[in-house]
Amino acid sequence: MNVTVLAKFVPNPTGTPSLGPDNLLIRDAGDGALDPGDEYGLELALQLVEAGGGEVTVVSMGPAEALAGVQRGLAMGAHRGVLVTDASLRGADALVTARVLAAAVGRIDYDLVIAGVESTDGYTGTMPATLAELLGVAAVTAVRKLEPDGDDFRAERQTESGYDVLTAPKPALITVTAGATQPRYPSLKGIMAAKSKPVETVSAADLGVSDLTPTQTVAAVTDAPAKAGGEIVTGDDAVARIADLLADAKVI
Amino acid sequence: MGATWVYAEVTPDGAHPSALELLTKARGLGGEVAAVALGPGASSTAKELGEHGATMVYASDDQAFADRPGRTAAHTLHALAGQHSPSLILFPGTYEGRDVAGCLQALTGSTLMANATDVESSSRARTEILGGTKIVDVNLAGPEPRLVLVRPKSFPPEPSGGTAEVVAVDAVTPPGATATVVERHAEAASGPKLEEANVVIAGGRGLGGPEPFAMLDDLAAAIGGAAVGASRAAVDAGWVPYAYQVGQTGKTVKPDVYIAAGISGALQHVVGMKGAKRIVAINKDADAPILKIADLGVVGDLFQIVPALTEEVRRRASS
Repeated sequence: MNVTVLAKFVPNPTGTPSLGPDNLLIRDAGDGALDPGDEYGLELALQLVEAGGGEVTVVSMGPAEALAGVQRGLAMGAHRGVLVTDASLRGADALVTARVLAAAVGRIDYDLVIAGVESTDGYTGTMPATLAELLGVAAVTAVRKLEPDGDDFRAERQTESGYDVLTAPKPALITVTAGATQPRYPSLKGIMAAKSKPVETVSAADLGVSDLTPTQTVAAVTDAPAKAGGEIVTGDDAVARIADLLADAKVI
Repeated sequence: MGATWVYAEVTPDGAHPSALELLTKARGLGGEVAAVALGPGASSTAKELGEHGATMVYASDDQAFADRPGRTAAHTLHALAGQHSPSLILFPGTYEGRDVAGCLQALTGSTLMANATDVESSSRARTEILGGTKIVDVNLAGPEPRLVLVRPKSFPPEPSGGTAEVVAVDAVTPPGATATVVERHAEAASGPKLEEANVVIAGGRGLGGPEPFAMLDDLAAAIGGAAVGASRAAVDAGWVPYAYQVGQTGKTVKPDVYIAAGISGALQHVVGMKGAKRIVAINKDADAPILKIADLGVVGDLFQIVPALTEEVRRRASS
């Protein structure tokens, strides 16, 4: 079984991101990393291939720095990578991204495409459903468990009140929830091996995607009104202060 | 501007609350307002949707919407929009809303804005980024209908007292492969719903494991009418079910009081709870970002403070 994993390179996932003068997120500050939300899917892909054979391909779209994210996937054990990088893709919205990724993913033989539920920087969470429709494959989002079942996949999908089980014929696309797997750390051997694994770098034009005009543009960015300063307490009266607040709010 | 449609998610309890919020907003945009309700129970939501401003409800009770989610609704919406040409379709920022809107975007090639907190017209909407510290106004362009996913609880629902004409629609069977639901499982939840409780007590990584959540349950019981939630870190670690999660990927809550215990305050979490009237944060780290948005921040050991607070609440209740 061949699995393609979509991997996004995001600005420092644990830090505070910032905007550049063009009101776009600064993506090349040197502190970026593979989106932690994508590592769960990578781990799932590696487990599926280890159990059933085949290859894992990591596909990423981003600035040249995003190569580091692809390499992280290769160091974890993926077999090869594709990086779509193109200055004209800066500021791409979810539709442009889905079109570019559809072209990139469509060139590779796959039984399964795995993405995160949403990215850690944009939180849009719609691109995978758009991509699946463009690819013409069934999609199951918010998957917490997946098993191959003959010509189908059997997936547990997180719902508001519990979970549903869905079946989807191969090939399919899923998004994987954070916590679905325990992502492995790249071993030293894996990091060394990653350096000799094939990574193809392509532009939007190479993929034959020409309409890159975003349909959303930032009109204005303003600071949200600052919240009135709260109070910090450390002493023995903390408990009484919380109880006072609860009483003041008339909830006790 | 042309018509605004609201994608009204249908639940076993009627229309999802987000539908009423979105209809209230849609009324103020000028132009016709219609709702689209798809799935078992859809037509019985029409009265409620009409009372909140839909003059027309396109409804189908077809089981196919529940059994083959996402694509069935998107293809049906696509056909309907082709007939009636709305300018704008508002979706709730739920898993279902995202799936339907995402798939529809592939069919229409129209813009799809996510995480909107306000909508001005079919060509302009607003969102908040960086944990709500920056407000971004976004221009929307391209073919109509434009699609906007709105964060839950962005607008308070207000009835308009109207009634809706119900138009029965047929489910469109999408070409190609669609995933099919074969089993449904509900995970037991007790106490009030997170989104409805007037007090929410949430635990995070600082709790260190599943057992200390019992401490939060005790406090919730002492306060009465309080619900227990969690940050994504605690859910990802498997300490509590996903239904507990408050934040961007989980639930949005606006209680009278929100108590965050052992939660650092990642942007992911903050967007789901910053609308609380009062925020109390208990954290041993004086630099935790959550303390910056707390009305009352307590730097200390939650394992001492929470049980002591439970005792104090009980003492005051009995005195």
